[in-house]
Amino acid sequence: MACEQWRGKLDAYLDGELDPGEARTLGTHLQGCAACAADALERVQMKRAVHMAGNRYAATSALRSRIAKSIATKPRRESRGLWWILAVPAVLILILSVMVNLYVGRDATRRQRFYSELADLHVAALASTTPVDIVSSDRHTVKPWFQGKIPFSFNLPELQGTEFTLLGGRVTYLAQTPGAHLIYQIRRHEVSVFIFQDRGEETASPASGPMHTLSFNVENWTQNGLRYFVVGDVGADDIQALSKLLRDAG
Amino acid sequence: MEVPDQPLPVATFEDLAMPLFDQLYNFARWLAQDTAEAEDLVQETYAKALRGFSSFQPGTNFRAWMYRILRNSFLSSRTGLKVMVALDGEADESLLPPESNTPESILIGQADRETVQQALADLAVPFREILLLCEVEEMSYQEIAETLAIPMGTVMSRLFRARKALRDLLRKKNEGGRHGV
Repeated sequence: MACEQWRGKLDAYLDGELDPGEARTLGTHLQGCAACAADALERVQMKRAVHMAGNRYAATSALRSRIAKSIATKPRRESRGLWWILAVPAVLILILSVMVNLYVGRDATRRQRFYSELADLHVAALASTTPVDIVSSDRHTVKPWFQGKIPFSFNLPELQGTEFTLLGGRVTYLAQTPGAHLIYQIRRHEVSVFIFQDRGEETASPASGPMHTLSFNVENWTQNGLRYFVVGDVGADDIQALSKLLRDAG
Repeated sequence: MEVPDQPLPVATFEDLAMPLFDQLYNFARWLAQDTAEAEDLVQETYAKALRGFSSFQPGTNFRAWMYRILRNSFLSSRTGLKVMVALDGEADESLLPPESNTPESILIGQADRETVQQALADLAVPFREILLLCEVEEMSYQEIAETLAIPMGTVMSRLFRARKALRDLLRKKNEGGRHGV
């Protein structure tokens, strides 16, 4: 191809608009043709000169911020508005849930501690060489034994016809409060029954049910100013059965 | 220079438009040749583009779209109506004559920045704008075609004529400078 024809393509070549095949061929031609190379050099210099000269004007920062402000409003305000609509209840829910969790957590911790102490009393008594101070299967013997030792009296159920056997009883203390600790047996398992005066705060609202962390089942209720706790490693059915007997007696 | 397609599904108008601010202002200032008018043009461009952003097709060239809005705003302005002249017969110039290369033309290529700026300012607006889009904005011919709403062939012929016009102006300035010394 003649130089004249190549020069007609020089601008497109230098603008990067020539197809790759032609660009390679023209590049090779420029390496061997001083006249065309000089022409290309001049055009490159012009391109550079216009590039440098054309970057001339800078906007004020005031205009920039004015425009940025004017275009930032619409899309962001909508999203901000939506964010707040969602965020306010979300924050309230979060605060409430934290408060509830704290309260429940504190309550759960207190209940857990309370049950742990009952479980400790239960286990300690069974581990003792003298689990009970009054050894008797006769409720009419056990009940009077507590008189004068604790500041209240209670009724014990008749166990005839049931699987439960009364092993005996002992005086116990929980939160500086004296109480009755009775031990029953069912199928070679011991179950403790604790009876305290109902003082509200200390023993308030411990829920019944399994104490998973301690592997014990617990039942508790308040009756005639007394608070009953039935603790044992037997099934919940047995715990509830014994609880029912005690309730009926009380 | 090929510019990747700008719009992304998550990009806001602000994300796409603000990076173009400095260059748009420079272009507006070159077109209007007046600071206050250029500021108005840029503001108008952003306002129009924001309003029309919902109709902007993702995947098409955002930069070319913004420049087109700016240019159309300029064309409809009082200054734009006065300075934009018709370029007769440019579409017919498919065969472009080769430029001659002389020691003088190399000298022109080395003209100082201020001289080139003056020559650019003196150019007819259609030549000035296409040179700015090509050399300053480094737009591809395709982008220039989109921005100016003209066919690719017209981009090439107008660019050729714009470069020639600039050379002529610089040559005159060069000769005038030499004669003046």
